[in-house]
Amino acid sequence: MIPKIESAGPSPFFAKTMKTHPIVAAVLLALAGGLSNHAADWTQFRGPGGDGIAPDTRLPTSLDAGAVAWSVNLPGRGISSPVIVGKRVFVTASSGARQDRLHVLCFNLADGVLLWERQFWATGRTQTHEKISAATPSPASDGQRIYAMFSSNDCAALDLDGNLLWFRGLGRDYPNASNSLGMSSSLVVADGVVVAQVENDSESFTAGLDAKTGLNRWKLDRPKKANWTSPVVMKGTDGKPVLALQSSKGVTGVEPATGKVLWNYDQGASTVPSVTVAGGRLYVPSQGLTVLEPTSDGQAPKQVWRAAQLRPGTPSPVVVGDRVFTLNDGGILSCADVADGKRLWQLRLKGPFSSTPVIASGVLYCVNEKGLIQVVDPAKVTDPAKPESAVTSEFDLGQTIVGTPSIAAGSLFVRSDGKLWRIGRDSAL
Amino acid sequence: MTMQARGLLAGGFLLLTLGGALQAGVPARLEGPVQVLKAIGPEGKGNAEASAAWKQVASAPLPVLPGLLEAMDGANDYALNWLRSAVESVEDRGRKAGGKIPVAAVEEFLRDTRHHPRARRLAYEILQRAEPERARRLLPGFVNDPANELRRDAVQLLMVAAGEKATGDRVAAVAGYREALGYAREADQIDDLAKKLGELKEKVDLQKVFGWVTRWKMVGPFDNTGGAGFSKAFPPEEKLDVAAELDGKSGKVRWVDFESKDDYGLIDFNKPFSDLKEVTGYAMAEFWSDTARPVQLRLGCKNGWKVWVNGKLLFGRDEYHRNMEIDQYRLATELKPGRNVLLVKCCQNEQKEDWTKEWEFQLRLTDEQGTPIVSTK
Repeated sequence: MIPKIESAGPSPFFAKTMKTHPIVAAVLLALAGGLSNHAADWTQFRGPGGDGIAPDTRLPTSLDAGAVAWSVNLPGRGISSPVIVGKRVFVTASSGARQDRLHVLCFNLADGVLLWERQFWATGRTQTHEKISAATPSPASDGQRIYAMFSSNDCAALDLDGNLLWFRGLGRDYPNASNSLGMSSSLVVADGVVVAQVENDSESFTAGLDAKTGLNRWKLDRPKKANWTSPVVMKGTDGKPVLALQSSKGVTGVEPATGKVLWNYDQGASTVPSVTVAGGRLYVPSQGLTVLEPTSDGQAPKQVWRAAQLRPGTPSPVVVGDRVFTLNDGGILSCADVADGKRLWQLRLKGPFSSTPVIASGVLYCVNEKGLIQVVDPAKVTDPAKPESAVTSEFDLGQTIVGTPSIAAGSLFVRSDGKLWRIGRDSAL
Repeated sequence: MTMQARGLLAGGFLLLTLGGALQAGVPARLEGPVQVLKAIGPEGKGNAEASAAWKQVASAPLPVLPGLLEAMDGANDYALNWLRSAVESVEDRGRKAGGKIPVAAVEEFLRDTRHHPRARRLAYEILQRAEPERARRLLPGFVNDPANELRRDAVQLLMVAAGEKATGDRVAAVAGYREALGYAREADQIDDLAKKLGELKEKVDLQKVFGWVTRWKMVGPFDNTGGAGFSKAFPPEEKLDVAAELDGKSGKVRWVDFESKDDYGLIDFNKPFSDLKEVTGYAMAEFWSDTARPVQLRLGCKNGWKVWVNGKLLFGRDEYHRNMEIDQYRLATELKPGRNVLLVKCCQNEQKEDWTKEWEFQLRLTDEQGTPIVSTK
């Protein structure tokens, strides 16, 4: 039985954005419904647009135990985000004394029943920092297949029914490609290519794997420096997809089909929080937060603004309408104007945080490491000196949560090392 | 049961299974697809063909399970994963269709220690799902098993049993923990057992249990400014002469003796050479073996490192100060009869933070299961 939940609907903040910034709103709407074949699917880390915004407005804004549609135990650890395609929820996990048992699990969206599970033995190193595990990178889907990546740099492609299509042991193929603190870059899929960012201090590269066969389409040498960020796909000025690869050196624009380098931003960037794309701009965790706009002449993207005070912690920046938000590890949420980076207000949430907020209807869902979900509606801030009114609801899951949640079918999907929750209404409602 | 008795039982068990070796095989129609899965190679070689073959294998009926498990013998690590997922699919489909798992044949496969350790563990888990009590009864017998995952679970049983005695019968608890320690091969279990024995005022010689190589000759410092020393061959790589005086980073250097007293066998370059940065050191040890034999060289190190056995470079890695753990790197190599020479190059970088002071490694030789192999001299 699904409990009654307060309806969300488009928030006043979103509605206001539609009035005052029609272009931004149009971009948001396009991201919400126009770029994916499965508009309601959550196909990768931070959703189909790679920006944490759900193409779905039906999400509860008031959370309590009654909002939990179901929860299931997981057979292993993990901080990867769930992927939702159609009526199925895909989750990765790792188990075993050396975390060398790699799990791909498929649950029924409606009731959480396990539909199938496949396990693989890691072929690469599985050593990680104790806070994470081999199941740290998030899987991705193109709607037809699920691609599961692990910290051992093992990558498996399965169809949605669990049939194995291909398997790559990138940590075995390239034996110095590993990080003794663990690898975390999540996969993205673009132009029939699965992009695996395997960047570390030693054998550092990004690979474009053929989505049908897993064979290398291209392999690009990358800076020899540990890197935990994830790639994003944006539209280039010619409308074609461009892969943005972040590293300690900056951000590199790459053609996903060929691996051809299109441009470079070379002023350095963080190796933990990832770049976010919104409104055709890149919000880069670089020297605080630097906003870049690609140019049409193939040159480095031009800087729009830079704000040292907006430096994000582990969570990646998020953009909602005409506001950009950054969250530091301690829980300070900063809200700034996307036009110039001017900070408008700061709100102290209950931290600490590792996961990136996700957004539905302009409302932020922030999950701290203690498992406390804090729902933040920026539209509720009427006085920048008193932003506390933005926190509309809190719900404690009571377990350590390090991974970023997912949103689909009017629900928030949150996973811990041992559990997966669906929080929200039945998709039929 | 004593360790010796268990060993005798395991030996007898082995003889029995050798006498009646399982030859399950797969039906002729699946031999081709199975071979396609086993032909998988590095960099996705064979993936396209395997995808079609997998569907044929994965849709086979339940009686094929032992044959598929047997097909894992001799498979490489890529192929093992293709076969494993096919086994899972066969089991899952068969179960959902109301079929019966061929438990007797699966158990027979499990009992034959010549099969691939991973396939045997998978067989155990299939048995666990089909007939949990049957699997539970078998578990204690795996305490000296070559399959580490089976062995680990059996050791855990001994640990739990000893723990239950800890409050009322100290002597029995100590004996139980000691027995478990004799079979334990994984670092976390060994540490846990040493801690539990410590709580009972029992001392564990961890150096001996792990079998660290503790006596080395060390020389340094050589240069590693900007990390360039990692790929530069300094004199110990060119000619290993422990009597020679060599040109170091800041003048002439000589080999010095070093013996680790550390429980975890740390060979600490900072001790003979003080806390230095952007430097390279070498450590050399003699290791004597009665016979030629394959071994695993197991290394833990958070500095840049290279390792040679009898002048042959095994592996190297230029990652600094990320993390270190016991048996972090497991390198297959071979010993020759008599004197063998181990050489480790250990590079320190420029970082100044407190957590980047370490300039050290730990090394041991073991068999595949992690049983220490010690120098005979």
